[in-house]
Amino acid sequence: MEVCGTHTVAIFRNGIKKMLPANINLISGPGCPVCVTPIRYIDEIIALSRESDFIITTFGDMIKVPGSTSTLEKEKANGSDIRVVYSTLNALEVARNNSSKKIVFMGVGFETTTPTIASSILKADEEKINNFFVLSVGKVIPPAMRALLESGEININGFICPGHVSAIIGSRLYNFIAAQYSIPCVVSGFEPLDILQTVFMLAKQIEEGRAEVEIQYKRIVKPEGNKIALEKVSRVFKIVDSEWRGIGNIPLSGLEIKDKYAQFNARKFKVEIEETKEFTGCRCGEVLRGVIIPSECSLFKKICTPEDPKGACMVSTEGTCAAYYKYN
Amino acid sequence: MCLAIPGKVKKIFNDRTAEIEIGGIVKNASLDLIPQVVVGDYVLLHAGFAIQVIDQKEALEIFRAWEGIID
Repeated sequence: MEVCGTHTVAIFRNGIKKMLPANINLISGPGCPVCVTPIRYIDEIIALSRESDFIITTFGDMIKVPGSTSTLEKEKANGSDIRVVYSTLNALEVARNNSSKKIVFMGVGFETTTPTIASSILKADEEKINNFFVLSVGKVIPPAMRALLESGEININGFICPGHVSAIIGSRLYNFIAAQYSIPCVVSGFEPLDILQTVFMLAKQIEEGRAEVEIQYKRIVKPEGNKIALEKVSRVFKIVDSEWRGIGNIPLSGLEIKDKYAQFNARKFKVEIEETKEFTGCRCGEVLRGVIIPSECSLFKKICTPEDPKGACMVSTEGTCAAYYKYN
Repeated sequence: MCLAIPGKVKKIFNDRTAEIEIGGIVKNASLDLIPQVVVGDYVLLHAGFAIQVIDQKEALEIFRAWEGIID
């Protein structure tokens, strides 16, 4: 299983599945932060965007994600002030330039992104920017991998571990998968030859009866990761239980802002959130867990398309459904 | 969302930011997460931040190995 959405896209774009022998099947996993963000969170940010004194800042990936009845894109068309930013630093700039407004950043992301969010909160604290807030729904990957294995729903023989998440967390955090579940793990780069080499390394481990954590992406990933980034994340965030769309609650898999930085936590704004409604028939959950492939969902390519997505896996360019749609 | 791209550090400023060249384009990025970099280092950029230094020895080694396969 490739856990990371960026790997999913690289595998499809480069036709890697077709290069592999029939006995090697790559299954796409839950590694797209856009796809696993719960509908209620989207509804919450939409409710905030409807308040006149708020500006919502977000990475572009989130703008089309369907909530229960709307999207940020529709709210923007209706007049809400919603701005796409490339970086949390741009969101801070919006806060500096709009001191009479409350600027909320959508804190979506895995370990690659959460240090940049932590860094923006520390910077806001340092510069005393008191109109910058984050609605955090940051997530950590290893507990989700454990949850997939514990579910017993799928048979995984090896993990292609995420390259850029591992640039931050290192490779050691996957040791429990090799030790407790006897499943080989290889941290992979994103070039086609990186991925082929990773598949080879996994197959070699299986053939030799080994279950270890190896790094193929050595030019970027060190066993210890990026200690400074990890320190910033642990300074700002605490680990909490977290809801993953399509998977459910995973213990200790989410990041919430620590009390010390509560002034930057957008959860203190109480807004009325609509009742959560999932689109009937959407099977994103099973796609995210690797239980089905997108073509097994009756909505796929019929009423769920990249132009009019019903589920999050079709919205995100790194979603499994979007990759199947575009490249299959 | 975890997309990241490599670039070369051209200039470092006092406010912990740097000019990074990515295929001929120069972008500013924060060095908050890897303050130890020096001009000339290759770094991995994600969402306006340099998140890791690229190990040039490892990079060259693997690219040479690939060239061997492609040839």
